[in-house]
Amino acid sequence: MDQKDLIKEIGHIRSIMEKSSKFLSISGLSGVLIGMYALLGAFFAYQKVYGLGGFTYRNHYVTDEGVVVYLAILALLVLALSLGTSVLMAKRKAKRLKQAIWNPTSKAMLAAMAFPLLTGGLLTMIFVCKGYFALIAATLLIFYGLALAAGSVYTFKEVRWLGILEITLGLLALLFPGYGLWFWVVGFGLLHIVYGFIVYKKYE
Amino acid sequence: MDLSLYNKVFENRLRLQIMGVLLANEDYDFSSLKELLEATDGNLASNLKTLEKEGYITVEKSFVDRKPHTRYRKTTKGQKAFADHLTALENLIKQQYK
Repeated sequence: MDQKDLIKEIGHIRSIMEKSSKFLSISGLSGVLIGMYALLGAFFAYQKVYGLGGFTYRNHYVTDEGVVVYLAILALLVLALSLGTSVLMAKRKAKRLKQAIWNPTSKAMLAAMAFPLLTGGLLTMIFVCKGYFALIAATLLIFYGLALAAGSVYTFKEVRWLGILEITLGLLALLFPGYGLWFWVVGFGLLHIVYGFIVYKKYE
Repeated sequence: MDLSLYNKVFENRLRLQIMGVLLANEDYDFSSLKELLEATDGNLASNLKTLEKEGYITVEKSFVDRKPHTRYRKTTKGQKAFADHLTALENLIKQQYK
């Protein structure tokens, strides 16, 4: 074997090791799209609660029965749209990378993310039942961040940073109650767009 | 030149790749290995057998939904053999640079 073959061989082994242990089919562009859905959702939420008249008195209080339901449906709609987009675009990217989307690594990643996500989801439902609405925005940010940090072991290291920033925002949201929507605009909107753009530029 | 670390077992490319995958992961199953390495059943199975005989990997057979499910793991011996072999390759490259 000559030297070029050897170097090529070692490089090949390296890429196989990485491919087998990291799930790299997550699409950066889907991050950008998710961020935009979140911004759009936040716009509708703002409109419902504060109206369009600029900086005036709010028309409704978040705790009004109808408003809560409207906001919950809006949030679930954005969530469903985001999940759908991520899965669809990951599938497409996996096809391009000739990687299976359902492999040991993606399974391990989802398993790692499942515990923080389920805990956060259940906790939020308990808060809804008990009427602790002020805590919901922060809780979801924190547990989403924890899930990202846990799953990041299996994918791009940028996901870890996204997770840490989401956790930080969630903690800040607890310190500044009443600004939950704005923390969501930054956490689910802007951060996703920036993260998605970085991943797209760096890896695609 | 010192070639004592060079390992004939890893002269086979597929074996070296299998070992790499098992180094990077706690365990890996047969069908995922096959897909990742784009190998045929027979070729993969016979090379896994060789690695098992050398004591580099362990095999764990079970049934999932009544289908056989085989998982492979590295042993400490296999881990050392892989690292040594890579060092040998590295030395070879360095040697040629001189």
